[in-house]
Amino acid sequence: MWEQIQINKRNSILLLTGMALFLMALGYVLGSAIGGPKAGWLGIIIATAVWFILTIISFTSGDQILLASSRAVPVDANVHPQLFNVVEEMSIAAGLPKIPKIYIINDQAPNAFATGRSPQTASVAATAGLLARLNRDELQGVMAHEISHIVHRDILYVTLAGVMLGSIVLLSQTFLRGAYYSSLSNRRYSSGGRQSSGGQALFFVLAVVLSILAPLFAQLFYFALSRRREYLADAGAVRLTRYPEGLASALEKISSTGISMESANAVTAPMYIVNPFRGKNAARLLSTHPPVEERIRILRRMSQGISYRDYEESYRQVTNRSGIIPPSALKDEPAAPRTPSVPPAPPPNPFQVNRQIGDLMRKVNGFTFLPCSCGITMKIPPNFPAPKAQCPRCGQIHTLRSQ
Amino acid sequence: MTGTMWMWVLLAILVFLIVIVISIYNSLVRLRNQVDNAWSQIDVQLKRRHDLIPNLVETAKGYMKHERETFEKITEARSRAMGAKTVAEAAKAENALTGALSQFLLVVENYPELKANQNFLALQETLTSTENKIAYARQAYNDQVLFYNNKIQMFPSNLIAGMFGFTKRDFFEIEQPAQREAPKVSF
Repeated sequence: MWEQIQINKRNSILLLTGMALFLMALGYVLGSAIGGPKAGWLGIIIATAVWFILTIISFTSGDQILLASSRAVPVDANVHPQLFNVVEEMSIAAGLPKIPKIYIINDQAPNAFATGRSPQTASVAATAGLLARLNRDELQGVMAHEISHIVHRDILYVTLAGVMLGSIVLLSQTFLRGAYYSSLSNRRYSSGGRQSSGGQALFFVLAVVLSILAPLFAQLFYFALSRRREYLADAGAVRLTRYPEGLASALEKISSTGISMESANAVTAPMYIVNPFRGKNAARLLSTHPPVEERIRILRRMSQGISYRDYEESYRQVTNRSGIIPPSALKDEPAAPRTPSVPPAPPPNPFQVNRQIGDLMRKVNGFTFLPCSCGITMKIPPNFPAPKAQCPRCGQIHTLRSQ
Repeated sequence: MTGTMWMWVLLAILVFLIVIVISIYNSLVRLRNQVDNAWSQIDVQLKRRHDLIPNLVETAKGYMKHERETFEKITEARSRAMGAKTVAEAAKAENALTGALSQFLLVVENYPELKANQNFLALQETLTSTENKIAYARQAYNDQVLFYNNKIQMFPSNLIAGMFGFTKRDFFEIEQPAQREAPKVSF
């Protein structure tokens, strides 16, 4: 996989410079449009400064920004021991230097993503909806996919690109709004000033067009490679778990739930294992993820082996295309898949799922779970004022620990 | 004039070769460290499994009166694994322990009361996870050994490996025919 890591590192650098040039051009045009031809250079300087600051921010705390904007909460092992175990298993299988930090997102929709700058500083996040719906093997498949993103260094690329995209959108939106409101009041920017030259008007039109198109282009740039990364992460996940069916059935469950994620947005969407938007919203971002049905079919075809070569072969049979796996990974040793570790169980009903999501979020938010001898479990909020609580069914008094 | 130029060219080539040798040597050392690290990870997980077993047996014993044989097998394999003197002995005992534990996890399905016990469910998850971690640590070790052995055998790194005494490592083989069978998926 070294070749893929190299490619991703190179792409990250290319992306950074590409976005920087783009920001500078935008700065020049916007500067000229606002303050005349001489202000164009000032625009470049400002844009460069913005780019410089953003790059520093995205290197040092880009993952934190993305996690916070997805409303992910850091948790410890007591909240969901199985999630921690599964992430540790996959970190061992992938030989990661450190187990990633684990976050839970309060969202009904099942989904997950990984972020960070390097394998040493990586984080993985799963939604409560995901944890409530998947069994152990499926959860393992999903986490293996995320760990593969970490191993392939996709996380840095996505973090850098996400912050850059966000800043271009911000800059364009600011200009468009400013232009819109000033044109409402006195048209100062376009025709005001002493020299209402044709040049400046031209720049103004250019600036408006660019401000509308820039976010679209930036998004295209951003999405261009994310589809291939998803296939590669699937192949990597199968290689780690040795069990294609786990990921396949997880993808099936995730995509069959018709709930859009409330905590996802256009910038964070490509990070998720499956496109977080459903229905109307999905069309807009259709190109970020390869079709899930195709990914599932590829995985289900891999019954005889789990190496990268087997994935490539299966990919070719399903899509009639080839070359998804970099050549260096195709020299991989063949290995056989393993048997399922959990016995097949009936799917949980929606009532159970909602109940589990509720309990999980109570644990995340620091509720105390107090089992009473009469059979019910009392769930006490962290800010419960009294030192004792009475069981609502049998009337037994429980003493709460320390408070 | 041309003499000094040739000297410079030779010097440049020499420096270039030295840099290449250093970088190959460093990558070999890195790979060898990764192999050692993966090996120690297996050790860590095996030890974790030994620590887990008394607790597990204690919790499950009361519910599973008819499975004394299974428990005996587990405790016996554990004490043999802990007292093993050689690597071959340890590998044999650990494989026996893996077999006994996977049988235990199968038998558990027949005891619904046990499966309703929260304590036991937590233990079962820990056991399943530890078993997985051992398997994945082995897998990672074998992957690292593969990278390392390939590097040692391939040109030009084989020359440097020979010079500095990098030797081939052995794979961690396990005998489990059940794991080699493809799973049957029915819809």
